[in-house]
Amino acid sequence: MEELDRKPKTSDDDHVDELLNRDYEAGFVTDIESESLPPGLDEGVIREISKRKEEPEFMLEFRLNAFREWQKMQEPEWAHVNYEKVDYQSISYYSAPKLNDGPKSLDEVDPELLATYEKLGISLKEQEVLAGVQGAPKVAVDAVFDSVSVATTFKETLNEAGVIFCPISEACREHPELVQKYLGTVVPTGDNFFAALNSAVFSDGSFVYIPEGVRCPMELSTYFRINAANTGQFERTIIIADKGSYVSYLEGCTAPMRDENQLHAAVVELVALDDAEIKYSTVQNWYPGDENGKGGIYNFVTKRADCRGVNSKVSWTQVETGSAITWKYPSCILTGDNSVGEFYSVAVTNKRQEADTGTKMIHVGKNTRSTVISKGISAGRSNNSYRGLIKILPNAEGARNYTQCDSLLMGDQCGAHTFPYIEGKNPSAQVEHEATTSKISEDQLFYCLQRGLSEEDAVGLIVNGFCKEVMKNLPMEFAVEAQKLLGISLEGSVG
Amino acid sequence: MLKIENLHASVGDKAILKGINLEVKPGEVHAIMGPNGSGKSTLSYVLAGRDGYEVTDGSVTYNGEDLIEKDADERACDGIYLAFQYPVEIPGVSNSYFLRAAVNAQRKHRGEDELDAMGFLKLAREKAKLLELPDNLMHRPVNVGFSGGEKKRNEIFHMAVLEPQLCLLDETDSGLDIDALKTVANGVNSLRSPDRAMIVVTHYQRLLDYIVPDQVHVLSGGKIVKSGDKDLAKQLEAEGYGDLVAA
Repeated sequence: MEELDRKPKTSDDDHVDELLNRDYEAGFVTDIESESLPPGLDEGVIREISKRKEEPEFMLEFRLNAFREWQKMQEPEWAHVNYEKVDYQSISYYSAPKLNDGPKSLDEVDPELLATYEKLGISLKEQEVLAGVQGAPKVAVDAVFDSVSVATTFKETLNEAGVIFCPISEACREHPELVQKYLGTVVPTGDNFFAALNSAVFSDGSFVYIPEGVRCPMELSTYFRINAANTGQFERTIIIADKGSYVSYLEGCTAPMRDENQLHAAVVELVALDDAEIKYSTVQNWYPGDENGKGGIYNFVTKRADCRGVNSKVSWTQVETGSAITWKYPSCILTGDNSVGEFYSVAVTNKRQEADTGTKMIHVGKNTRSTVISKGISAGRSNNSYRGLIKILPNAEGARNYTQCDSLLMGDQCGAHTFPYIEGKNPSAQVEHEATTSKISEDQLFYCLQRGLSEEDAVGLIVNGFCKEVMKNLPMEFAVEAQKLLGISLEGSVG
Repeated sequence: MLKIENLHASVGDKAILKGINLEVKPGEVHAIMGPNGSGKSTLSYVLAGRDGYEVTDGSVTYNGEDLIEKDADERACDGIYLAFQYPVEIPGVSNSYFLRAAVNAQRKHRGEDELDAMGFLKLAREKAKLLELPDNLMHRPVNVGFSGGEKKRNEIFHMAVLEPQLCLLDETDSGLDIDALKTVANGVNSLRSPDRAMIVVTHYQRLLDYIVPDQVHVLSGGKIVKSGDKDLAKQLEAEGYGDLVAA
């Protein structure tokens, strides 16, 4: 375990501070009337959410059970983050863009909404057109705007393959047997404070089912976005890969500028059955707050995969650059023999951002293997912590783990911390942990400048080099965007 | 091409250069020699525009323009190249990717079209051959795990690809065995041309057997204390810096 904290100030840093103060490029608010519930949370609100979403009875019970558990729980305080506690009674738990009927096609979607996506460089229309071109990569988009999915594309191609990809609220109505079978089986309602809250009030999210032996014909992608003021977003995503199937799921997020802190407590559950593989990639760029730490998203997320079947594999790749506070540990329970869990992470913190992120790899089955590659980059006055648990249970004969945690510090007022936990209960297991901490040196920067690169390009180049092992795991469509994002998030943050 | 007048420069509070005068014309090769701590490397850094090397007096004009006002990247784009004494490692960034980014940054600055991957590769292969650079050095991360000789050869390779107007070679011979020295020197000599000038900073006369300078200057205590032709280097080799430094 190593800890590195505030270093003495050097002469280069004034220049650094000046360059660090960049504005958030995705900061704007879309003017669409929202039909929200008044702030506050009690059983009545939960019944109302369930009613508005026309949910079957089992869903209401699931929510109410979760709510009762949540009421008995305390907000966790062990993470290495500081923030003003959320007043859960001041949040509105449901917000939907006003639409008379569900849109039949993109043409029926509020043009202002589409314009919002276009500003972010996410044009659904364009993607649809592009997908028509032979040989072009196909990306199905289930766009979540605030809490209700407003546009779903590529349904037909997926239908032909037998893939179910729809808003979870729709899945609750159309495929209740699947939802009931898997919901809450990876992340139980009482798993933790935020997961319990999510289970009680979750608004929408995606549901994916890949049938036995099917290789999903395209990358699946969902764009999450928080818009209405004071509306916490509680997404719930379930992905089930049946025997011998494969799916790659992409999730990308941005949010408009806001003064109030906004809570986001998502739950993602992945289930991989025998010989199935799920690749889950995230690029997260929510509003991080200003240089004084004002505003910004609270990102308290529970993501977990169950490698339930033999030879199953789940791979998490995340590039986290946004949010004021991040509390996130995408994990794998390696239940099936020979199952494989992977976690590739780049976490960038700048200004006053705080991130406590990492993974848990729980080795249950025999010959289970896990790989953890974590790259933390801290700049400004931020704090970036890696927290990881490698747990080898008594039956996990021959289990293996390799963990590598690298931290890069930029400037002299940020912090990088590593908290690795290892619990080995089987003597045949092999667990390796490597960690490094470094700074972007003035030497590296000058070397790049002397070859003619601008400071901005130089930092982007050095940082992307540092993150290469993670970035190469992102699907092509995402890798370019993510590389750009790293450059933007860190421009000028060298000391 | 380059005119240095009464140049004074400091690092932090410490004055290092104390009145340098030097004029370099296109096609010329100047050698700067001198004992440790005389300010040789500082001069290279000041000319290349490194942060923290502050000009306190005097002037430097390059192609008729005030050089001091320009940032390091702008100077590079204007054709000033520094071959580093200690080339810097950049993990995870391949040498060819890095160099292509540099070439295109410079082309963009000059208002030229950027080179695509194929165009760059063709150029790079041609220059790599010149320096007998193993192909794998192109694809490995910049300077990571390179031997001392490979690093220095790579510096000259970058130089050959970027085709600068004014080359600053900072102790390019240090850490090289005789065969590597010859290869590097051949590379440098092949880049000599009537419109390109070089300033070769070195400790030892050895390099100057292979890269024969037009003028030799001895730097001591932040000043040029003696200038001459290539024979001055030989004389220094025989007699040492003793008398000059004392003077």
